[in-house]
Amino acid sequence: MSLYQLTAHELHDKLKAREITAVELTESVYERIEAVEPHVKGYLTLTKEIALEQAGAADVGFQNGNEMPPLAGIPIAIKDVICTKDVRTTCASKILSDFVPPYDATVMTKLHQQGVVMIGKTNMDEFAMGSSTENSAYQVTHNPWDLETIPGGSSGGSAAVVSAGTAICSLGSDTGGSIRQPAALCGVVGMKPTYGRVSRYGLVAFASSLDQIGPFTKDVTDCALVLNAICGNDEMDSTSVDVPVPDFTQSLINDVQGLKIGVPKEYFAEGLDSEVADCVHAAIGELEKLGVSVEEISLPHTDYAIATYYIIAPAEASANLARYDGVRYGYRTEEPADLINMYKKTRSEGFGQEVKRRIMLGTFALSAGYQDAYYRKAQKVRTLIKSDFDAAFDKVDVIATPTSPTPAFKIGERTADPLQMYLCDVMTTPASHAGLPGISVPCGFVESGLPVGLQLLAAPFDEETLLRVAYTFEQNTEHHLQKPAI
Amino acid sequence: MATITTEGVSHVANLARLEFNEEETKDFTEQLARILDYIGKLNELDTDDVPPTSHIHPLHNITKADVVKTSLPRDAVLSNAPEPEEGYFGVPRVIDTE
Repeated sequence: MSLYQLTAHELHDKLKAREITAVELTESVYERIEAVEPHVKGYLTLTKEIALEQAGAADVGFQNGNEMPPLAGIPIAIKDVICTKDVRTTCASKILSDFVPPYDATVMTKLHQQGVVMIGKTNMDEFAMGSSTENSAYQVTHNPWDLETIPGGSSGGSAAVVSAGTAICSLGSDTGGSIRQPAALCGVVGMKPTYGRVSRYGLVAFASSLDQIGPFTKDVTDCALVLNAICGNDEMDSTSVDVPVPDFTQSLINDVQGLKIGVPKEYFAEGLDSEVADCVHAAIGELEKLGVSVEEISLPHTDYAIATYYIIAPAEASANLARYDGVRYGYRTEEPADLINMYKKTRSEGFGQEVKRRIMLGTFALSAGYQDAYYRKAQKVRTLIKSDFDAAFDKVDVIATPTSPTPAFKIGERTADPLQMYLCDVMTTPASHAGLPGISVPCGFVESGLPVGLQLLAAPFDEETLLRVAYTFEQNTEHHLQKPAI
Repeated sequence: MATITTEGVSHVANLARLEFNEEETKDFTEQLARILDYIGKLNELDTDDVPPTSHIHPLHNITKADVVKTSLPRDAVLSNAPEPEEGYFGVPRVIDTE
């Protein structure tokens, strides 16, 4: 087995035992990149020089017999929406094509403290707006399981590179499902932590009340290790919550006896692919055999989550993206007539169609005369959606659903109809409204060979129970061990 | 809830500092109308007595100690500016000389 195929925890053991060096490991990953990246196209920027330097530094630590953190020397990829000091950060937008952040996001500072090796910046839907990564201004990323299909989105690059073995793990961001959905479609583990668990400082803002950073990994153990590295209150982000961060590896317990799992009937309604439903039902059955009790629950406002999301997220985005005006950073139009003309031309030339659509939708929903009918209404429905979950978690510990209503679809299949694309997020947006932690774990395959994800949700700040259930499921099944043929 | 017209789209585009040609305006009008029609399903719900949620956690004002700290150096801040000028962000003339 080549080094790029292993997990972070397996590699850490080898690094610690000095069976391998971080430089060898990094070279193994770049060899893999040379072989498959031309087909997958998961990266926007590769940072090999920096990576080899970081790997060399980690090796010195290991050779000196220092106590090294679990992610020291581990090759990691970063979604291109997270600011990396001195490394181009584009958000897959033309408007930021030359943007080089003068500072690191807090998650990057934390990862560097661990001594990680940054392999590169990954492709995404422009400004994280999309469900297929087709909205990138630069390239389309291909799903390693079937190169003719999309990897999901918006963190499609970060999911695809872990699936393809061109990174050991990665970071993405999740606003309405942008970690969980691509994780499901690419057959890897992806977690959106509780809103406020991870600092958003240096995460380029899309919808500030929903955005959250989280990991993509090959297994649940690695997920816990990355969470340990990135979670925590940060004075640079006043929405990061000051609660204790547990050692998440303590939750890697192969036992779910006594836990209660709720299965919301609304998630198994019309529009759910029957093969996906079969995989998810089988996964829930497996958990029941392992000792959980399963009960059907109802989350009655589920059907309103997408409509609510497509008011709140674009409204917040329209405000957040006002900063791209050609003045302080990013693209500026040539020879504007005056200041207002510069703003308009810069933005109209720099943003792609989906970003413009959402800015328009959000500006409309916040405009005079419409704010109560749209934005205020959506915020009220958000309360109802959150109340559904509050009531459910009085009865059950974890909620289990499909992550995505369908497996990966063909590239180009849904680009003509924005509303159809929005409906991809039907399983993931409700938990986003409620700020809940959610994890997607591989739970099977449809007949065409594409992976299916099981979404597990828990009450705010109860990532530990999620990890315990996900770990137990993983230890007793083999779906996560399947790799794409690429 | 409202329907949206091409005039409405042009008005909103101006608010958002975007500009569209005639065909784009027509496309956006159709797409936004369809999306707003879908969003209209929220009116099925009576929310008169429901408080709005703007934020998930009950956070109040967060303050920091009033301590002077080093900020980013000016050169670093200006390094991404399209037209930096004498330590400032350069923009087209905004004051009429006439």
